[in-house]
Amino acid sequence: MNGAMDWLLWAKGPGFQIALTVFFVGMAFQLASILLAGRKTDLSEPRGNPAAGGRRLLWRRMLPPPGMLERAPATYVAGYLFHVGIAVVLLLSAPHIEIFHALLGIGWPGLPTALIDAVTVVTLLALFVLLYTRLTDPVRRFLARPEDYVVWALTVVPILTGWLAVNRFGPSYTGMLAAHVLSVDLLLVAFPFTKLGHALTLFTSRWYQGTILGHKGVQP
Amino acid sequence: MDKGMSLASRLGEAGISRRAFLKYCGMLAASLGLPTAAGRTLAEALDAAPRQSVIWLSFQECTGCTESLTRAHAPTLESLIFDHVSLDYHHTLQAAAGEAAERARHEAMERHAGEYLVLVDGSIPVRDGGVYSTIAGVTNLQMLQETARDAAALVAIGSCAAFGGLPMADPNPTGAAPVGDLVRGKPLINLPGCPPIPASITGVLAHYLAYGRLPELDHLGRPKAFFGESIHDRCYRRPFYDQGLFARGFDDEGARKGWCLYLLGCKGPTTHNACAVTKWNDGTSFPIEAGHPCLGCSEPRFWDAGGFYRALSAPTGEPAPVAVAGLAVGAVAGAAAGFRHRRTRAAANAARPTVELGRDATGNEEERS
Repeated sequence: MNGAMDWLLWAKGPGFQIALTVFFVGMAFQLASILLAGRKTDLSEPRGNPAAGGRRLLWRRMLPPPGMLERAPATYVAGYLFHVGIAVVLLLSAPHIEIFHALLGIGWPGLPTALIDAVTVVTLLALFVLLYTRLTDPVRRFLARPEDYVVWALTVVPILTGWLAVNRFGPSYTGMLAAHVLSVDLLLVAFPFTKLGHALTLFTSRWYQGTILGHKGVQP
Repeated sequence: MDKGMSLASRLGEAGISRRAFLKYCGMLAASLGLPTAAGRTLAEALDAAPRQSVIWLSFQECTGCTESLTRAHAPTLESLIFDHVSLDYHHTLQAAAGEAAERARHEAMERHAGEYLVLVDGSIPVRDGGVYSTIAGVTNLQMLQETARDAAALVAIGSCAAFGGLPMADPNPTGAAPVGDLVRGKPLINLPGCPPIPASITGVLAHYLAYGRLPELDHLGRPKAFFGESIHDRCYRRPFYDQGLFARGFDDEGARKGWCLYLLGCKGPTTHNACAVTKWNDGTSFPIEAGHPCLGCSEPRFWDAGGFYRALSAPTGEPAPVAVAGLAVGAVAGAAAGFRHRRTRAAANAARPTVELGRDATGNEEERS
């Protein structure tokens, strides 16, 4: 390892393979253990439709509860922006589509680089707004654990280094690209074992919670 | 040719006018990142420069670098500048052979000790005592170390000499190494490329002849003047990259319309060279202009960079089987954990005493008030 190119080749070669292995082993483990552990059987007579409750909660939890948007606009607006932003940058940037193509054998059309660039800037701003509110709001600050800041950094660094690389900031494009891919490798490794795993486990938890509420006849 | 001839008279003899020479020096000054006025200074300095003794060592190479400089068609100013140096040793170009050739090298080393330049093309095998390439019974490694000892500076010409190139590519059976790994304590300039652009070779030579020192180098020892910018940044197809318009095959609509070659494996974003500016074959074109992605030939390890036709962002190796295996292992382990959880719960349920209404856990009737 004596140059940026060496780091880049390691990051997208052996490093990526290791990260991908940890990611898939971890995520499959989490999901399989959750699904197969099952829930305690509720023997009571259902007062509503459990499946309908589950389905409803899957999307209902994506909307702010009544009044919350007005009470915490930064959290919701910035939250939506960075989630949608990450999805757009990850799935619709041409260089990223090539990664999925290598993994899945299929590709799809991407968006212009300039548009991806703009979305990236908005995503980064939203993430920094969320960090600011977390640091300045006493309640959020009290509730935040060190893991929350680690997860924030794990999310921000790949986006920031990717944006810096594309826009040729820093001494070397190759070096910045290596930093970008390495930070993604790190993100993949941490994904199943931190709050980042909610990208998948939110579906199981919402489904379980929705079915329980649906069984009791509650409209979540 | 008379060794005492000035460069100007040498060029005049070849039919190159003074005006053309000055124009060339102006361009050379610009490409070296010198101010415009430096063109005239460069011309005067080159005129007055003594003939520089140069020893050219060819090791594990294909002669493409020499070919790049001395192309067979009409002589260029680059080749004439090159002719101006006293090339005291070069396998391909010298008339002498065998012991006479080696004698010429030793004579040049003695006569110009501390002053001669060593130009190297090709990597140097070091495994098994360097036996994989020998010249006149001497290993490349021995010849390099012996010749470099009294050299003023070394120039590693081409990617093999600068970074190991093809001979050093995985699995590197001969233990090939670049010059920079084997020679320490001497000024070294790397001019990578497969082959390097002729202007970069003569530009460095002209700079050394005129100023007696090497030009400013980047972190990989390459002259910033020629390797300061990436192919991508100077590529005429860059606007298509920005618009997200990519060729996906060599004969599809995108290819015919001249769209960006990123998805076809272009390594332009990570490759630093002057191809897009100086171009090749007397400024005719460069590979991307001919519809082929940049291979990244002036960067270290370009042969092992994951495949010439695989997009730069795509992972190297085969990630899909790894992903499938990871999913399978994770699912099995997760299922085992899930079933274990079920069994623990079932065991806890079985161990829990049955409580009937009106009786406590021990079976005694509860007192009611």
